[in-house]
Amino acid sequence: MRFGVVVFPGTWSDRDCGWVIDQVVGAELVYLWHKDADLKGCDCVILPGGFAYGDYLRTGAIARFAPVMEKIGQFADRGGLVWGICNGFQILCESGLLPGALIRNASLEFRCQWTNLVVERTDLAFTSNCEEREVIRIPISHGEGNYFADPATLSRLEQRGQVVFRYCDVNGKVGPGANPNGSLHNIAGIVNARGNVLGMMPHPERCAEAELGGTDGLKLFRSVAENALKVLVS
Amino acid sequence: MIAKIIVTPKPVVNDPQGITVRQGLASLGFTEISDVRVGKYIEVNLEASSEHEARERVEAMCRQLLANHVIEDFRFDIEADGHRRR
Repeated sequence: MRFGVVVFPGTWSDRDCGWVIDQVVGAELVYLWHKDADLKGCDCVILPGGFAYGDYLRTGAIARFAPVMEKIGQFADRGGLVWGICNGFQILCESGLLPGALIRNASLEFRCQWTNLVVERTDLAFTSNCEEREVIRIPISHGEGNYFADPATLSRLEQRGQVVFRYCDVNGKVGPGANPNGSLHNIAGIVNARGNVLGMMPHPERCAEAELGGTDGLKLFRSVAENALKVLVS
Repeated sequence: MIAKIIVTPKPVVNDPQGITVRQGLASLGFTEISDVRVGKYIEVNLEASSEHEARERVEAMCRQLLANHVIEDFRFDIEADGHRRR
């Protein structure tokens, strides 16, 4: 399993993702420069966190024009694994690879804190190492993570089971008290209908070693590294 | 020509910036306010052979980049540039 981590001007979570892939999981890693229209034979492409192109105009709005994004769109169409984290989720929404948009947090504050997430899909390449309805603890770090979609899109997402992660309390209860940013239906992460494009606001790469206060993020990286091929052929 | 474009959050989208500005204005005594929406103002200078052509081009710019149709509405005016007086 070869991971590719995309680097835009303004990306800052690329090295954190790279560290987990290379040093913690021990999988193959390549960095993908935004100007290179080449995915270098990757099996999973990660769009990491940061402020690609300074978040000019809107978060993710300019990044979608990068040469690498055209290749990522084609790769996703062929069923390749694409994983957007934080700013990467915003870019996937702006590119139309995922529905909806991420708007300013309801509090207007940048939120950098631990969150609990209930995992609602475990049949995906990204989550196959998680238990059914498992509550995982992963930090967020964003000012614009408030998921919005029109009512028709939202009900389609729910009907098709495309909500993968929802903000919840420690017991897995989903409610307004556990919602850090105002996201509709407490949505923290969604997947496309085919199940190969995941977007999530929380940062699994920041909790993949005990020294960082938690290892739940590692489950997602390990899911991809160990089980992705099995999930994709099943 | 110059296009003066205004992008605003759709009415169905919660606008926390607008709510906060409204509260700020209310605390200054502007209690007559019922709602505030915060958007963006964009000016685009362009060449076009007619106002009609400019309108079509700016409409396309808004749809493809300047506004996100999921969360934003847009409107614009086209003016001949340079010599206009207010």
